[in-house]
Amino acid sequence: MGWPVLSVVTFLPLLGALLIMLMVRGNGPVAKGTARWISMWTTLVTFGVSLILVYRFDATSAEFQFVEKHNWLLGVASYHMGLDGISLPIVILTTAIMPLCILASWTSIQKRVKEYMIAFLVLETLMIGTFSALDLVLFYLFFEGGLIPMFLIIGIWGGQRRVYASFKFFLYTLAGSLLMLLAIMAMYWQSGTTDITLLLRHGFPAGMQTWCWLAFFASFAVKMPMWPVHTWLPDAHVEAPTAGSVILAAILLKMGGYGFLRFSLPMFPLASHDFTPLVYTMSVVAIIYTSLVALMQEDVKKLIAYSSVAHMGFVTMGIFAATQQGVAGAVFQMISHGIVSGALFLCVGVVYDRMHTREIAFYGGVVNRMPIFAAIFMLFTMANVGLPGTSGFVGEFLTLIGTFKVSIPVASLATIGVILSAAYALWLYRKMVYGTIKPALEGIRDIGLREAVIFTPLVILTILFGVAPKPLLDMSAVSVAQMLEGYNKAVATKTASTMSTDTQARINPVSVAR
Amino acid sequence: MYQTIVFLPLLAAILAGLIALFGARARFPGEAPPAGDDGTGHAHAVHAHHDHHDHGHGDHAHDDHGHGPVEPAASGSRLVELITTTALFVSMILSWIALAQVGFGGQDIRVHILDWIVSGDLKIAWALRIDTMTAIMLVVVNSVSAVVHLYSIGYMHEDPHRPRFFGYLSLFTFAMLMLVTSDNLVQMFFGWEGVGLASYLLIGFWYKKSSANAAAIKAFVVNRVGDFGFALGIFALFAMTGAVDFDTVFAQAPAMSGKFIDFFGWHADALTLICLLLFMGAMGKSAQFLLHTWLPDAMEGPTPVSALIHAATMVTAGVFMVARLSPLFELAPNASTVVTFIGATTAIFAATIGLVQNDIKRIVAYSTCSQLGYMFVALGCGGYSIAMYHLFTHAFFKALLFLGSGSVIHAMHHEQDIRNMGGLRERIPFTYIVMIIGTLALTGFPMTAGFFSKDAIIEAAYVAKNPMALYAFICTVTAALLTSFYSWRLIYKTFHGQPHDVKHWKEAHESPMVMLIPLGFLAIGSIAAGLPFKEVFIGHGVEHFFRASLAFAKTNTVLEDIHHVPMFVIALPIVMMLTGWAVAWYFYTRRPDIPAELARQHDALYRFLLNKWYFDELYEIIFVRPAKWIGHSLWKKGDGWLIDGFGPDGVSARVLDVTRNVVRLQSGYLYHYAFAMLIGAAAFITWFMFSAGIK
Repeated sequence: MGWPVLSVVTFLPLLGALLIMLMVRGNGPVAKGTARWISMWTTLVTFGVSLILVYRFDATSAEFQFVEKHNWLLGVASYHMGLDGISLPIVILTTAIMPLCILASWTSIQKRVKEYMIAFLVLETLMIGTFSALDLVLFYLFFEGGLIPMFLIIGIWGGQRRVYASFKFFLYTLAGSLLMLLAIMAMYWQSGTTDITLLLRHGFPAGMQTWCWLAFFASFAVKMPMWPVHTWLPDAHVEAPTAGSVILAAILLKMGGYGFLRFSLPMFPLASHDFTPLVYTMSVVAIIYTSLVALMQEDVKKLIAYSSVAHMGFVTMGIFAATQQGVAGAVFQMISHGIVSGALFLCVGVVYDRMHTREIAFYGGVVNRMPIFAAIFMLFTMANVGLPGTSGFVGEFLTLIGTFKVSIPVASLATIGVILSAAYALWLYRKMVYGTIKPALEGIRDIGLREAVIFTPLVILTILFGVAPKPLLDMSAVSVAQMLEGYNKAVATKTASTMSTDTQARINPVSVAR
Repeated sequence: MYQTIVFLPLLAAILAGLIALFGARARFPGEAPPAGDDGTGHAHAVHAHHDHHDHGHGDHAHDDHGHGPVEPAASGSRLVELITTTALFVSMILSWIALAQVGFGGQDIRVHILDWIVSGDLKIAWALRIDTMTAIMLVVVNSVSAVVHLYSIGYMHEDPHRPRFFGYLSLFTFAMLMLVTSDNLVQMFFGWEGVGLASYLLIGFWYKKSSANAAAIKAFVVNRVGDFGFALGIFALFAMTGAVDFDTVFAQAPAMSGKFIDFFGWHADALTLICLLLFMGAMGKSAQFLLHTWLPDAMEGPTPVSALIHAATMVTAGVFMVARLSPLFELAPNASTVVTFIGATTAIFAATIGLVQNDIKRIVAYSTCSQLGYMFVALGCGGYSIAMYHLFTHAFFKALLFLGSGSVIHAMHHEQDIRNMGGLRERIPFTYIVMIIGTLALTGFPMTAGFFSKDAIIEAAYVAKNPMALYAFICTVTAALLTSFYSWRLIYKTFHGQPHDVKHWKEAHESPMVMLIPLGFLAIGSIAAGLPFKEVFIGHGVEHFFRASLAFAKTNTVLEDIHHVPMFVIALPIVMMLTGWAVAWYFYTRRPDIPAELARQHDALYRFLLNKWYFDELYEIIFVRPAKWIGHSLWKKGDGWLIDGFGPDGVSARVLDVTRNVVRLQSGYLYHYAFAMLIGAAAFITWFMFSAGIK
């Protein structure tokens, strides 16, 4: 290995932030330019270095890789980092999305550019840290720390109701995390370690699992967000600046799904199994409820935000189906949603930058002036709808097929979301893009070079992952399989001791009767 | 060769899409980088690049086909026409060769292209499966598509957005080819949704028309309802067999009989349930009863689109799917009964609506719907090859009727109402003749293509042992009467009698050669596609021709029995056809007052039919409005009042009260919270250190 690649990837953005802090003085055009360029280069280099991770990653092993461990805090906690097939894709997504966010903020952010860039770079470090921490304390610090820059981004650079939105965001997530903190303490008392790799093999007593599961769930469900703790998301999205929305949709929402995969399922398998009906219910309600709500939205960003909640419903459903396809599909869906919803928010940003309104009714017929934008927007709309051939399909399909094996009603009800998503997405597209051009939009210009550069990689990835998703699926396959193996073993041990026909029927609804 | 057949249209579509986008770009240049901003300096080369990947989803301005201010044609229009049309003709020729090799030569072929979705025991690959079923579809799709491309050069001549149009057409063709060559259900689903996308784009091609946009969305969403069933069917098959590729699924099908699936409290026979779910997909795509509402509206698209997508190819995908899955349906007789019932109902139902419509394209659209019903009757009765036969012949004469109608519309300057036509046979004789040929084939006039295939279906319904067979027989025979009536009504009102719109009649002109050649080709097909293929589709050559691509159970003797039906069964359709013709002739040439009088006397019935059995209104009331209402109340009441009111708003209102004073001090509250977080983290760390110390 030689040098600590993972740490470099994690802390490079922080270094960039420091550099901005030291080098940029004042708020003149030169200072702004320097701040932008430093963050651009920092994120690009970070992305470049993170590709080494992909190159060196051994997808045939379920072990944590790129592991670094140093004592810290008198040996109670430690600086312990590492990646497996579940976290690596999300880390790469983070490093890949970041330069695009910086570029998207290039001209639209003019106020306090220096602070803005610092907030973003710090956020990047914290996000990467969250996904690669292998120590509970470290994880908690990164996880919670991420709140602050996001809170600032919404609160300072947001829209008119930014204060309300940022408080809502903060209150929700903080409430969840406090419970998680309690659970972390309890886990430490019980097991005597905060090392995640050890905790994964620890096997907590059943009673404790229930409480810890609930505490973690409170935090992750808010982050996800799952119905009914989703209402912070539409407000946060609406008020956040474009790049903030992108980060929120693409990365921050994935912390919840990642948490379920890293903690809930492997550490508390029995509780996860017991609470599966609850998660199913919440997922299905989320998919149908928020899709219906999305149908009636008047604000573009709100509509996309609600559709995000629906898509995250597929993720939670897939994870708790606890089948290979369900979980692998959930991981894939997280990545795909990161690309597609991020791109959709960028699309909204394009017209918002020009017209400064997010009201759907304001727009109409932009295709007459913005043909290229219309084509790009169509592609991402279709990916959002889950059209086969785009990345959106693969995740949805896998989670559904994986869930169908264990619960037919849940998968069937969730599939209704496929109909509803077509309805709201196409309705939005029609209202904004088709029709005759509205007089107010006569002078609107098609996307420029900078915007084309932002969209190019997203367009490529959306189609690439739709047509050839295998490399990405392979990356996580072994880790997912190992996680499920542990989960199933734990559940099987328990059901073996309390064998009843009832649970048996629930595990396998496809019964054979002759 | 097979890769060429399938991917040449894709290549053409991508090129056309690129040219369309570049043309649009030239017309509406993008936002110039703001002066003095150095942000765009580093990636000059990337700009053009992204166009490569959106498959011609490009859209740009257009007005309603010939009306309104004239826009200059997009640059490269001619080039695009040349590229796409040539590509399609090459594909067509190769397809015929493929049919000869595969169908008659007996060489089935499997081409593995790329792994697609691989996860655990689920393995899905991009692959081409070329057997007789596929070869027939390749011929149908590529032949119709090629002539439609050619025809469109003339028909869309005035349209400024031809690159986009041809791009969509080729994209559609590619998706359709992926559908018919699929080796597994998921790739079929890819093609299935892909043709749905192309159909959506083409229906909404004139996107300034609000009605076109509405129709496009309706088509997509109604199809998605069907796809809901299709998807569940795939899931169920995977849950039962652990595979989604045809070979494995078919091999395991017999083992599935006797198994059950609990589906929302219904202890359902696995195969029946799976077949019904998959059939739901077919109902959507093939516009069968209950999911038919999108097809008439789809006529908002340009006429060549109607001919290609909504008559000859895409709407037959459902028929193809059921035939492809014949090994499953043969084992699920209850599902087949449902297929028969839905098919028969559609056949008669659509025909009744066709009787009173006045839009030339809608009449043909309802006729398509009705003929698809015939095909499903054949499928339900176990006559899979009969359905494929009718699919094959229908593609020619229905595409002919649509393109002929297009020629009429073209001549009449975009008039589509047959009440405003009349006497056109003198002005456009060639169109008149080919329309007559199409009508003869559609109504099953002896020795035309439609005669052989349609009669075979009626005979199959007569001999089948299906509980719904008698119902299907009655429906199809009656529908034959109605078909003949409305088809000849169309001919007489359009081409005979006195012109109703003298100005347009005088200006009416025969279409250019690029449009007439396709008509001629299809007219030949409408006659020649029948008899020469009879033996291999419904005669004794079936087994040798279709081999393993269709499955017939041992007890399924439909194909044999149709050759031994009583005389009256053979004569009945012909009698019906002649009766309908005679009545139409009498009504619309001798006594035009009778139909008007009839409509007045039976006003309620007339309105019922004219308004398409009020299905649109019904769906509006039971689906669309409730969905909107529920969505709205969930949003305002659920999210706004219940969750927010008792959750964060209640809490944050208090917090805001407290911090309002702090806010005045230059947004200090932000740092306040950052500070609180730090304190929290510090406390946390302290706690850990102490706990370690205690140990």
